[in-house]
Amino acid sequence: MAETEIKNYNLNFGPQHPAAHGVLRMVLEMDGEVIERTDPHIGLLHRGTEKLIEYKTYAQAVPYFDRLDYVAPQNQEHAFVLAVEKLFGVAVPKRGQYIRVLFCEIGRILNHLLNITSYAMDVGAMTPMLWAFEERERLMEFCEGVSGARLHMNYYRVGGVAFDMPHGMDADIKDWADNFTTFIDDLELLLTENRIFKQRTVDIGVISAEQCYDWGFSGPNIRASGVPWDLRKSQPYDAYAEMNFDIPVGKHGDCYDRYLVRILEMRESLKIIHQCLEYMPDGPYKSEDHKVTPPSRADMKQSMEAMIHHFKLFTEGMRVPAGETYTAVEAPKGEFGVFLIADGTNKPYRCKIRAPGFAHLQAMDFLSKGHMLADAVANIGSIDVVFGEIDR
Amino acid sequence: MDLALKELGDYISGSLGDVVTDMECRLDELMITIKREDILGVLKFLRDDANCQFKQLMDLCGVDFPEEDERFCVVYNLLSLTHNNRIRVKTWTDENTPVASATQLFSSAGWWERETWDLYGIYFADHPDLRRILTDYGFEGHPLRKDFPLTGYVELRYDDEQKRVVYEPVHLTQEFRTFDFLSPWEGVQPVLPGDEKAETTDGAAEEGA
Repeated sequence: MAETEIKNYNLNFGPQHPAAHGVLRMVLEMDGEVIERTDPHIGLLHRGTEKLIEYKTYAQAVPYFDRLDYVAPQNQEHAFVLAVEKLFGVAVPKRGQYIRVLFCEIGRILNHLLNITSYAMDVGAMTPMLWAFEERERLMEFCEGVSGARLHMNYYRVGGVAFDMPHGMDADIKDWADNFTTFIDDLELLLTENRIFKQRTVDIGVISAEQCYDWGFSGPNIRASGVPWDLRKSQPYDAYAEMNFDIPVGKHGDCYDRYLVRILEMRESLKIIHQCLEYMPDGPYKSEDHKVTPPSRADMKQSMEAMIHHFKLFTEGMRVPAGETYTAVEAPKGEFGVFLIADGTNKPYRCKIRAPGFAHLQAMDFLSKGHMLADAVANIGSIDVVFGEIDR
Repeated sequence: MDLALKELGDYISGSLGDVVTDMECRLDELMITIKREDILGVLKFLRDDANCQFKQLMDLCGVDFPEEDERFCVVYNLLSLTHNNRIRVKTWTDENTPVASATQLFSSAGWWERETWDLYGIYFADHPDLRRILTDYGFEGHPLRKDFPLTGYVELRYDDEQKRVVYEPVHLTQEFRTFDFLSPWEGVQPVLPGDEKAETTDGAAEEGA
């Protein structure tokens, strides 16, 4: 029988595929079941956030950051308010910093819970997803308690946070945090030594440290390749310098290590949450500089100046001194940066958002080359992409 | 921190010579402006030099300043894990002049440059795959330019007769409103008439003494 030439064919993966984590369309060039080339098409969720922010005052820009990585909105807001604070030179009171760090870590756990379990579902495990959503619901209740919104918190403000924590919430969070370790243990029992899970993830999508630099990796993905790099340690912001925690580091840089790093990171986040609750100082939760933060309602009834400040802040907004800054935070997915140019008016001149997922997804072609079609799914899950932040 | 950064900045501008047209160290951030033609050389130096080691290109973006002669600024944000430093490299270009693509030095530049091309129309020479990335297939214009209206030119609608989505010129039921609350007053320094005299008398007293 004569040999027949088999032609490569193109496969459209997504945008409605459940394992595409949103609206990813990938054009895969296949040789049989082996992937030759991956071409991710993004932008299906592009909303022009950067353009919109140029037309909004600084305070109005904060909610847009919730809608980037909608799985962990706090961390994005944090990057933006830190950038504005840097230009302004506002000092945030200790309590404000602690509350922010506390909710950033809650955001990190929210994110890792969703990522690990949806990733597990992509490779065949259904139960973790259902379990994790219960825990996520508890965490979102804390978010709701403190800001009024479960998901899009809009809670961080330039100079602090919008409201103080309600009375008794620290005890509730502590209760939850005490029990959460058992949940992680249970989750690990289902996945870490699971034969199917390991077969699908070990030695898949291996990336070395040098290649990580080249592709601009950050966050858990670069740590899984053995680089102990964490902005919370190396360039600490807010109260992170006072926190005591470790950086989990992987060895092989494959999908399985990325999963392990995230599991361990949740345990470290829990440490930080405990420390925040224990050492949370009393005092103001936002800056007393009323050019930046609104005065209290009670003051407004008494003081003319407070009234004027309030009025100016909510009509004109704050005038940020001209300058530019690139401020980055360790978001759950990696380095989330805000490059902000202020021209001295009440609106940003340019606000570039550096989303970690953008750089990670870019390496999809590199990670998937030579792997099977099913491994592409494992790769997407392990680099943790959310299209809100990638498409912006 | 600030001093070390300043030293690093001096070292870089000293090593590169005329290529660096401006060096600035503000808010604990180092920024250099360089000539467009030398971008690849500078990035290579920053990546490979032992004192720099800026091995990661974290971000690349454009900024539009329509009133300038060369209206676009291309900004590279580099990160050195070895020295725990960041540097911002800037270069200027206009609509027609290409900037050399950094993809041969940093793979991560590929998508950032595509994005900059898409949103600003800055052309990158020798880029392996310079397509649009964020906007729709067949989109026209570069939306992040300052002269591109916020509402855009076209809108999308599902057409029941053609059984597909169609583009139509944008139709606003209400005129686009933008509120300018910027107060013209606050630029004035709060010096009360008469206050300046107090300083001058002080100065005069010092001179006299």
